[in-house]
Amino acid sequence: MGTKMKKQANVVLAMRHIDKNFPGVKALSDVDFTLKKGEIHALMGENGAGKSTLIKVLTGVEEFETGMIMIDGNDRPIINKSPQEAQENGISTVYQEVNLCLNLSVAENIFIGREPKKMGLIDWKTMNTKAAQALNRLEIHIDVTKACENYSIAIQQMIAIARAVDISAKVLVLDEPTSSLDDNETDKLFELMRRLRTDGIGIVFVTHFLEQVYAVCDRITVLRNGGLVGEYETVNLPRVQLVAKMMGKNYDDLAAIKKKRNENNKTESQVVIDAKKLGHTGTIKPFNLTLHQGEVIGLTGLLGSGRSELARSLYGADKPDEGELFVKNEKVSVNAPIDSMKRGMAYLPENRKEEGIIPELSVRENIILALQAKRGMFKLMIRKEQEELTDKYIDILKIKTSDREVPIKQLSGGNQQKVILARWLLTNPDFLILDEPTRGIDVGTKTEIQKLVLKLAEEGMSIMFISSEIEEMIRICSRMAVLRDGAKVGELGAEELNQNGIMEAIAGGGKNE
Amino acid sequence: MSKSKSILKKIAGYRLFLPLVCLAIVLLINIIKTPTFFEISIKNGVLYGYIIDIINRGSELVILAIGMTLVVAASGGTDISVGAVSSVAGAVCVFILGGGLPSTDYYHAPYILGLLGALVVGIACGAWNGFLVARMRIQPMVATLILYTAGRGIAQLITQGQNLYLRVDHYKLLGASIPGVPLPTPVFIAVLVVLLTWLVLKKTSIGLYVQSVGINSKAAGLVGLNATMIKILAYTFCGLCAGIAGMIITSRVNSIDANNAGLNIELDAILAVALGGNSLGGGKFSLAGSVIGAYTIQALTTTLYAMHVSSDQLPVYKAIVVIVIVSLQSPELRKMLGNLRANRSAGVTGKKVA
Amino acid sequence: MKKYREKIDGNMFLLLITIGLFFAMYVIGLIAFQDRGFGKLQVFLNLFISNSGLIVASVGMTIVLIIGGIDISIGSVIAMTCMLLAWMMEVKGIGAVPALIIVLLIGIAFGFVQGWLISYLKLQPFIVTLAGMFFARGMTAIISTDMISIKNEQFLSWANAKWSLPFGGSVNKKGIVVNPYIYAGVVIALLVLILVFILLKYTKFGRSIYAIGGNEQSALLMGLNVRRTKLKVYVINGFLASFAGFLFSLNTCAGFVEQAKGFEMEAIAASVIGGTLLTGGVGNVFGSLFGVLIKGTIESFITFQGSLSSWWTKIVIAVLLSFFIILQSMLAVARRKK
Repeated sequence: MGTKMKKQANVVLAMRHIDKNFPGVKALSDVDFTLKKGEIHALMGENGAGKSTLIKVLTGVEEFETGMIMIDGNDRPIINKSPQEAQENGISTVYQEVNLCLNLSVAENIFIGREPKKMGLIDWKTMNTKAAQALNRLEIHIDVTKACENYSIAIQQMIAIARAVDISAKVLVLDEPTSSLDDNETDKLFELMRRLRTDGIGIVFVTHFLEQVYAVCDRITVLRNGGLVGEYETVNLPRVQLVAKMMGKNYDDLAAIKKKRNENNKTESQVVIDAKKLGHTGTIKPFNLTLHQGEVIGLTGLLGSGRSELARSLYGADKPDEGELFVKNEKVSVNAPIDSMKRGMAYLPENRKEEGIIPELSVRENIILALQAKRGMFKLMIRKEQEELTDKYIDILKIKTSDREVPIKQLSGGNQQKVILARWLLTNPDFLILDEPTRGIDVGTKTEIQKLVLKLAEEGMSIMFISSEIEEMIRICSRMAVLRDGAKVGELGAEELNQNGIMEAIAGGGKNE
Repeated sequence: MSKSKSILKKIAGYRLFLPLVCLAIVLLINIIKTPTFFEISIKNGVLYGYIIDIINRGSELVILAIGMTLVVAASGGTDISVGAVSSVAGAVCVFILGGGLPSTDYYHAPYILGLLGALVVGIACGAWNGFLVARMRIQPMVATLILYTAGRGIAQLITQGQNLYLRVDHYKLLGASIPGVPLPTPVFIAVLVVLLTWLVLKKTSIGLYVQSVGINSKAAGLVGLNATMIKILAYTFCGLCAGIAGMIITSRVNSIDANNAGLNIELDAILAVALGGNSLGGGKFSLAGSVIGAYTIQALTTTLYAMHVSSDQLPVYKAIVVIVIVSLQSPELRKMLGNLRANRSAGVTGKKVA
Repeated sequence: MKKYREKIDGNMFLLLITIGLFFAMYVIGLIAFQDRGFGKLQVFLNLFISNSGLIVASVGMTIVLIIGGIDISIGSVIAMTCMLLAWMMEVKGIGAVPALIIVLLIGIAFGFVQGWLISYLKLQPFIVTLAGMFFARGMTAIISTDMISIKNEQFLSWANAKWSLPFGGSVNKKGIVVNPYIYAGVVIALLVLILVFILLKYTKFGRSIYAIGGNEQSALLMGLNVRRTKLKVYVINGFLASFAGFLFSLNTCAGFVEQAKGFEMEAIAASVIGGTLLTGGVGNVFGSLFGVLIKGTIESFITFQGSLSSWWTKIVIAVLLSFFIILQSMLAVARRKK
């Protein structure tokens, strides 16, 4: 591995053979990334692909084991040991949660750590003038003396970008910048990005919004499971192919996995859930959804398309701003999860670590918690009942634990998931929402859970199944709702449930919102 | 690892290990200093002795520690107003019973009214604290700061700036001994409060809720718990405990001294909770631990008095103990020690890349 | 009018309320106690004289609050400082100047220990400074449980150093014209105030205090050394606390155990009433000055009224503090909704 590599004239950043390990996990394996001067380059990948790790390695938040990073202007490879160093090397990052100090003025935020001075004291006048200039260069005209908290997130992002550019960035990394922006603001951001591109800056655009990638990016790099899938010119890569590569499927393989179970058309049975124009500002655009008894409906779409957000709005974890919800034909107003629980709903969250397990409490306590909350404070379940129920589900779900009193944090991820599943099954719901229930679980257990879901549906439970694995959903679901970019864009009936059909629906063909 | 090592590890892992060890150490020091420490004698059917004294004087602290435990568990914060609140509660009680007079020798109102007054005041103050913390999202230390500052002033207002004396023998019953009963009454009250609390926690799911909210309030919300309500409940209960403590404090001396009633007891209460093995960051809690912690501190106070440390100087030692315990609980310290050990064994190697 | 309202954002708003409140109160005092001499210039100057220690302590507290911390040990440190000074000069015969230097160094050391525990061990500031408060108060008693009066000549000369103002004089009972005066301590306190103001507004260090208080995570990502800055802040605060103790001792000329009890609450109240946010990131020392003046005005009211217990001061301050805390909290909620 020589320290000099054949330098291409128009390459501003080259990462080669990057390896990164975390305890027990290989996050990046022999990954290459090339960024040209004056280009907007999308970095894409599903969960666990390694996108964020690659960025962290580039910007100095994490170290890497092997490989090298070359940047234009330095003959030797660089190693960034901190965000500060990365900045000095010309790599600036603007994060999804805009990292500004909102209590300070715009000008201050642009100049924190490098304030212009006069006679040893800060020269406010010069700072304000220079800040205004930096923003004007990017066609942003705002009062730089006001505190940043007075401006919208969109403007705050631009201020963060202006800071990055002013610190003479050669490489600008934008990490999911459009998640909190509306269409107008996103357009303005794209204008800014194009302007910067003309100035010769290389932009790494990390995003999961398909439409935006096709709107503004020149090239796309796709990662999957810590490895590089490929680097493509946007014009040469149709949407469906991109989705296929991200999900690791071969679009040309026409041997689709056929559904294994017999179809009883469930749309004749009783309607359990009916959502009319239900929406929650900022997370999910208003949607309609009907669910019948015994149906398993899948929610599919790329990461970030709004699947969990839809589920949360149904359950009441995010109180919907508009629309109506009917449970068993009765109009329901949900102010908090306890309301939907009492109506027979249950919700297994996607992020079990932060929203699922209560780490220091025992397996038993975690399992009986939801049922106990449903019964109420004064109807404590007697210890014997708790123990019996816990043992029952440890048995049914084959939860591997030495004892039911062990703190749940000591269990493996898969077994923790089973405990949370047990928690909700215990409440005997009519409608069960499972958000990525098999993520991080071994194959054997996955199948068990899938079989369990089918059995429950047969017994009359309605289930919403969210997963990133298409085969799994085809096997279990009788219908699918497709989401893209924060909205429900369509449904697929039983006949249309095959891999290619689903991927086409996810990818879409153009701006159709 | 060897069998003895694994047994040792198991004992050390036992929840009440730390508090029991601390108590043992303090008792040991006491007995070295005062050989007659464990002696108990009976005079006129009443028990006397150093141990009896500790259990007696520690009663208010035990009650406050119980309340503080729930507050810490549910919110990860502490209530520093308990001393001031007990002063207000005591002032209200003595005022009601004494008819507002600076000194009197009969009840101007039924005893039950005075008692209720103190308890209601305690509950009201606790609810106010809970409202500020849970509803207004103000940090617990800041929120309880208000009553910490204003409490004694309010108490002074009620007592018109002087000590009010209630020279009724009946009133002292709560603070001293009921004739014919071998132990002082405060001990029974403390036991009662502990038992009742334990009973409520055992018969309802409140304990489970408090721990869930304290450990992971997001998850707790998703399983249908009302975190706000639970926190307010915890603070209200703590206020109630302060009210009870106020009753006992005033009963001991048949009077209310608004300036000094419950002075500095908040640090002792926090210390008791920490010594009891409870994390000051919230979550799982142990009532037994806090009770042991409270008596340990009372014993510590006795030790220091025996070493001729005056009551003014006592806080220095307590402050050091608090800092040591909280430092030991700190994950940063563990990280630092871990780094030290790693550096020493590996030599200093930077993680360099080819 | 709209442009004017735009310029006044939430925090300016709080400060204006404070200043307005002070003027309103002073005017009420002028009206109510006109006949008892409230209108004399000396009354206004006394606000500064009797509170020179509080001014410096509030300045220190403001800095700590801005960075998002808190220090409730200030009152006890002041008591310890006074006791140390008295003890060193009267019992140990140490000169006034070396005693002062020693006491300031101890203040710095105290601030360093607290700061290290808070910024490097990441312990909660409240718990650490609560322990600090009990430690310092206890130390005061260990040094001496009796009061020690300061008789050191040099010290007394400092305490009595005053300057007369050539205007605003009034005729006293004996018919002699008495000019209003101001003590050296006041001038020093105001100098400290101005120095800290310059530090906060015109130095990188000062601005980083605001940045860290506003969003510690962002400040870290922008390259600021959060740990070291926090430590420095607590060290400065320790110094200012002992310096405030020195000014305090110029007023009392004695050290005793109960001194400055509850002082930290007054300093916090002055800062909060002066517009400093308890959540950090916002604050300015001139606002705190007005907070101190408001407290002083309330005290003057009570003195002039004559019959009210001095405990009323504490209660009114607590009420004001609650009011401002709740106001801040409501503004924060409104801001979040925007």
